[in-house]
Amino acid sequence: MFANFDFDVIRRSLGYLFFDGMTFTLTLTGLSALGGLIFGTLIALMRLSGLKLVGRIAGLYVDLMRSLPLVLVIFWFYFLVPYIGQWLTGSSRPIHVGAFVSSLVTFILFEAAYFSEIMRAGIQSISKGQPAAAQALGLTYSQTMRYVVLPQAFRNMLPVLLTQTIVLFQDTSLVYVLSIPDFLGAASKVAQRDGRLVEMYLFAALVYFIISCFASFGVRRLQSRIAFVH
Amino acid sequence: MAWPLREPGLAAWLWRTEGFVNYHWNWRIFWEPAPNGTGTYLDMLLSGLVLTIETALCAWIIALVTGSIVGVLRTLPSKTASRVGFAWVEFFRNMPLLVQLFIWFFVLPEIVPNSWGLWLKQMPNAPFYTAVIGIGLFMSARVAEQTRAGINSLPRGQKLAATALGLTTAQTYRYVLLPMTFRIIMPPLTSEFLSTIKNTSVAITIGLIELTGEARAMQEFSFQVFEAFTAATVLYLLVNIVVVIAMRYLERALAVPGYISGK
Repeated sequence: MFANFDFDVIRRSLGYLFFDGMTFTLTLTGLSALGGLIFGTLIALMRLSGLKLVGRIAGLYVDLMRSLPLVLVIFWFYFLVPYIGQWLTGSSRPIHVGAFVSSLVTFILFEAAYFSEIMRAGIQSISKGQPAAAQALGLTYSQTMRYVVLPQAFRNMLPVLLTQTIVLFQDTSLVYVLSIPDFLGAASKVAQRDGRLVEMYLFAALVYFIISCFASFGVRRLQSRIAFVH
Repeated sequence: MAWPLREPGLAAWLWRTEGFVNYHWNWRIFWEPAPNGTGTYLDMLLSGLVLTIETALCAWIIALVTGSIVGVLRTLPSKTASRVGFAWVEFFRNMPLLVQLFIWFFVLPEIVPNSWGLWLKQMPNAPFYTAVIGIGLFMSARVAEQTRAGINSLPRGQKLAATALGLTTAQTYRYVLLPMTFRIIMPPLTSEFLSTIKNTSVAITIGLIELTGEARAMQEFSFQVFEAFTAATVLYLLVNIVVVIAMRYLERALAVPGYISGK
């Protein structure tokens, strides 16, 4: 079965796979998680703002994003972002946007819908007495959110947010459909160039598996520590 | 364009919109014949939708059956059984679906004995079967987690009472625990089913031309990117709405009276 398994093709491409591919994947994951969390928190605040129209718009956005497949959203933004860029900068033609920026915009906007649901649950898990007490102390709405509600919501939801980030890490592999050399894309390029599909795909699977396993193990430990504090 | 200058903001905005309108919308494109000879572009998209639904339903059957078995394994008193269940879930959950599909599609035929590999490579509709099995097993890990959570959420008394009545472990699960569990976990299973539908689009990477794939093909043939993707978006939304409504009826019919989700 592994008689003609060529370990050397993996060794030869390690530099390309990790310095180019994995760097792209991890940067995309990190920035998307950060951007998605910020935008997602804003959406959650909009939904809980009590303003009917604002809440309705935020809800529609979340429902729309959550009912579409990520692959379709990636295609959407790949073609849409140049036009949005043109509109924002006022240039006369659709502007050229790099693969990285295009996929970053996609993942931030897509993941924001999922992060917002987590943050919403987190904000709702804070007992009503807390914002009431903050208000009684004379804090404004933004101060209440900034200093009282959001830090606790974020802390309570940290394990769920991190689990979602692991899912995001795996989902970034879908930029493959735009032939972008992320980790899987890089592995796939080498695989096709050298005709070594078996080695490269098994290696890629192993790397994703190890990273995700360690990350979810870490999240589980964090969860038990947080649970202990409560 | 002669626009009064006293409203520079609006003028600038309109000027920018002008650029945006550079894109030539043509909504009648759907009724034009597609170059692949299967009818109009709309027919093309609809055939993609049918394939999406077929793939999702077949994958869901695999996910539901395997996932329930693995979920039950994880709750059994036997250490080995729960370890096997744990390994199954971790294995399928910690790799991207795309990588799993590549392994089933490109790697599996190479590492099995030659004659089997040849059979796999010559199989007609290989992308479809690969997608069904790949997505089915990927989703089975999630269904297993829901099943396990459902079984564990039942009061301990149920299992104890069943044992006290002299039921075997198999009978306890068959007649007491599982009927309750499935009724309780209907809502999370609905969202897992919706994920299954969405995940079928990942199979375009192994050549399954489902709804997203047909929208992409339409974009390549006709250059009407945004019409094609808008249509696909609307179709996905419709499928979602139909599933959500159907499941709401089913949930209401199956809700355990007096239980958390029961009304």
